[in-house]
Amino acid sequence: MWASINELKEKIHAGSSEEVVAEYLERIGRSKLNAFISTSGESAISRAKEIDANDIEGPLAGIPVAIKDNISTRGIQTTCASNILKGYVPPYDAHVIERLKDAGAIIIGKTNMDEFAMGTSTETSFYGATKNPWDMERVPGGSSGGSAAAVAGGEAPIALGSDTGGSVRCPASFCGVVGLKPTYGVISRYGLIAYANSLEQIGPFATSVRDVTTLFDVVAGYDPRDSTSVDKEVNYSSSLENNVKGLRIGVPEEYFGEGTDEKVEKAVRDSINTLEELGAKTTTVKMPHTKYALAAYYIIAMSEASSNLARFDGMRYGLRTEDSDWHTTFSQVRASGFGDEVKRRILLGTYALSAGYHDKYYLKALKVRTLIKQDFERAFKDVDVLITPTMPYPAFKLGEKIDDPISLYLADVDTVPINLAGVPSISVPCGFSGGLPIGLQIIGKHFDEATILRAAYTFEENTDFHTKRPEGM
Amino acid sequence: MITRKDLTHIGWLSRLELSEKDIEKYTPKLNSVLDYFTELDDVDTEGVPPTYHVLPLSNVFREDEVSAQGGSLTQEEALSNAPKTQDGFFKAPRMM
Amino acid sequence: MYDNPDGVMIGLEVHVQLNKLKTKVFCGCVTDYHNDPPNSHVCPVCLGLPGSMPVINKKAVEAAIKIGLALNCKVEEHTQFYRKNYYYPDLPKGFQITQYDFPISSGGYVMIEGEDGELRVGITRAHMEEDPGRLVHEGTIDKSKYTLIDYNRSGMALIEIVSDPDMRSPKEARRYLDKLRNIVGYLDVFDGNLEGAMRVDANISIMGGQRAEIKNISSFKGAERALLFEIVRQKNVLRRGGVVVQETRHFDEAREITLSMRTKEEAHDYRYFPEPDLVPLKISGWAPAIKETLPELPDARRMRFVEQYGIKDDHAKALTSELKLAIFYEDVAKKADPKTAAVWVCDVLKGELNYRDLTVEAFKKEHMLSVLELLAGRKITEDGAVDIIRTLLDKGGSPEEIIKEKGLVIVAGDIVETAALEAIVENPQAAADYQAGKVKALNSLVGVVMKKTKGGADARKVREVLIAILSDGFYPPIEREKIEKTIIKIGDVMVEVSKPIANLLKKMGYV
Repeated sequence: MWASINELKEKIHAGSSEEVVAEYLERIGRSKLNAFISTSGESAISRAKEIDANDIEGPLAGIPVAIKDNISTRGIQTTCASNILKGYVPPYDAHVIERLKDAGAIIIGKTNMDEFAMGTSTETSFYGATKNPWDMERVPGGSSGGSAAAVAGGEAPIALGSDTGGSVRCPASFCGVVGLKPTYGVISRYGLIAYANSLEQIGPFATSVRDVTTLFDVVAGYDPRDSTSVDKEVNYSSSLENNVKGLRIGVPEEYFGEGTDEKVEKAVRDSINTLEELGAKTTTVKMPHTKYALAAYYIIAMSEASSNLARFDGMRYGLRTEDSDWHTTFSQVRASGFGDEVKRRILLGTYALSAGYHDKYYLKALKVRTLIKQDFERAFKDVDVLITPTMPYPAFKLGEKIDDPISLYLADVDTVPINLAGVPSISVPCGFSGGLPIGLQIIGKHFDEATILRAAYTFEENTDFHTKRPEGM
Repeated sequence: MITRKDLTHIGWLSRLELSEKDIEKYTPKLNSVLDYFTELDDVDTEGVPPTYHVLPLSNVFREDEVSAQGGSLTQEEALSNAPKTQDGFFKAPRMM
Repeated sequence: MYDNPDGVMIGLEVHVQLNKLKTKVFCGCVTDYHNDPPNSHVCPVCLGLPGSMPVINKKAVEAAIKIGLALNCKVEEHTQFYRKNYYYPDLPKGFQITQYDFPISSGGYVMIEGEDGELRVGITRAHMEEDPGRLVHEGTIDKSKYTLIDYNRSGMALIEIVSDPDMRSPKEARRYLDKLRNIVGYLDVFDGNLEGAMRVDANISIMGGQRAEIKNISSFKGAERALLFEIVRQKNVLRRGGVVVQETRHFDEAREITLSMRTKEEAHDYRYFPEPDLVPLKISGWAPAIKETLPELPDARRMRFVEQYGIKDDHAKALTSELKLAIFYEDVAKKADPKTAAVWVCDVLKGELNYRDLTVEAFKKEHMLSVLELLAGRKITEDGAVDIIRTLLDKGGSPEEIIKEKGLVIVAGDIVETAALEAIVENPQAAADYQAGKVKALNSLVGVVMKKTKGGADARKVREVLIAILSDGFYPPIEREKIEKTIIKIGDVMVEVSKPIANLLKKMGYV
């Protein structure tokens, strides 16, 4: 049930896309993971039939793909896992969706996530938590938990998520799959329902680096509708080479802090050794501002979010409560429609931007961001990639951290600095702790996805962690 | 730190109706987060410019041409998700 | 010196809508939405749908620079868009993309005619922003049971021009608005005749107190009325021993009053921060290049008209009030007598156009030249010329056609004039009697002329000619300046005529 893109292409060729799609839909139908908020059974089958009938070609022709429910899909409900967008059907496709359709991919469903991408566990979803396929009592990570779980659980061969502070890499790590956050600006955000504009990127999931790269090639590229989109069309698949000779790896000790689980640390250091054995060289690098990244990230993210979510007033789409006067109705709609975590972040963001606090919080955080970015620039003078754990520990239990926001925020300590600097980063499986996957994070310079993909691919080709699958699926 | 009164004000500024219970529940949680944020007070940012945009992009424009590739929506599409409409308008509650 | 007895301070925020651009400021939606059904010119961006993103219209930036330069502002080298966060049904995103720090232009001025002479009104800034949508209420805003929203206007490019609070009376405010409209109209960035093209918010305080902000003003006359009402209202508050509060008030056009808009609280905390989806603009080279393309602006043109064409300043001011009118006048003045042209374009044509709610584009300059030629050649009378102009505007055609139709030609103007002069010479007593006050004496003279012209002349015209010769001393009476008169003896009678007529009579051998 877990197949690579190439395997599926052979299957489609031998049989039909319709069969393949039907199989995935059936699996989703009997799943207990709650990875999907909605499935597009009818349209998927009909599109599959079209592709079969007309022999349509393309890099992803006939391949099913799961889409995180904060990416706009025309004609398909897009909720951001929130009650306030229940029933919202966008009248337009996100740029990445257009590219997927052009490549022949078939959207089979919208995946579960933390409400408005605010979370690290997919527990804040209005539609209930998603389960981790490796242990149904544990979280799959977040906020793109649904996409990662779907791929890990064999319910979709590839999926798209979004990563604002680790929301692709974290669930990739917890679910034992590959997840990439590209350099800021490489994948168009047009159609991605914004949480924090200056931090986020859409990212691909798959069970292998090759498949992640194929999906990445399809969705990446310049979009004139996104003013922060860069004009750098590169064929990343061609950079996949089993070779790390001379690769200079930097290891920032700041990422192996106190809260890091020992098994995680061991797995990561062993992985670095593996790469060294394959010809890479390692040095320690100093990134002194790392410990401030979390606070800076949350202030910036919450501030932008408080503004991005101001449009949800029940007038043009979404939930509408009983009418009072406009301002009151507005406040009531949002009170009913948003969950607690979202409300808290809006309140904090509003506070951080408000008169009298703007400089102390928002402006300060932006200055700290500069220092963190400079940490990366300095480190990259001497190394080609940085390697760290993706998460300080493996998947925690459902309900374990949800009442303690700070504890949950601290889980992002290894992922958020990357978003602040805008550099690319990939998480690949590198070990297990008590049967739970551990993720290896490989970070690169701006626009140097080619190097981190090569390093990840090499690691994969020389290990077998990525071939392990959860039982009982 | 935020007082209950502050929270009521911020609630209004955010257009989030907060019940007494909400205010009870949220105030300590918000304060613990704000407390965590004070970490940044330790950082010397004298003379450090803020990073608003992480890439050095500038002057991104579009030409003053009507969008060819189906940018515009029909009235029907525009209203398709609206809970209440009237004669082609979005219908919202009274102002006062 | 205007002593501003109430200590009135007025500042105006004028929003100019760049409705001549083809598309909106951040998306490719068409700007020509007037008269179309609501919500039919929108897209995910201007509707603020989740996931949509803005992209800046380059021409809007160029227009903004033009306006800044025309208002003598300094144009910024680096500029950036910001989010202004507030909530109102016409604002689909819950924030407006506008400018805050480093607005595209600032620190300018315009000169207006103040209460006591020329007044310099400072321009704090002129920046770019997007228009919100349009609200429709059932009746008045305070009584309406619901609010209807049309987003066709949402996303239109606006330039917000903020003045310093330099105006001291509603009249000065009105003059500032007219001047602004005059200047911006010259730049061809907006059509001032379309609905919503120029909107005003006014800020006014008296006696150094707090200011009230007045919104929902939709005309310049409305602005004047609103400010007049506010001065009275604020004076009343003070008279009753109260204090004027800083607040936003809504102008009710129908009742000509302002209403308090205060909701639960009015803490205007807009929480400005740079728009993360728009990258900064670096436009240092743009201003000099754009400056070259600016037309000669109203004040400069007005001075040049006075100097170059020798016309009165009043005329120059009126003629430069609109660029098209100025160009029309100049085209005509190059081929006809500029002073005459000024009178006829400014005093006559403009009046007729205003009366009919038309612009100068409704009249052909060739027609004006024809009319002036006919007048100069004394082929038609003044009345005739006015008639021709009115008929051209109402029915069309050409001056030649109209003259034929209506028989406006003075039967070879010279012939009537000659006949009139002959009549006077042959009947000097009747002429003198008329000049002494016996109006009826004119009739016999008219009769003589009619006989001489064998009835071919228009009797009314003959009357005119005679009166002109005998009263003004000059015919045709285009220039109403004082002509030197002289008394000549015709036969035994002393008749007062103008010097030119006297010379003419001498030349003709009558005297």
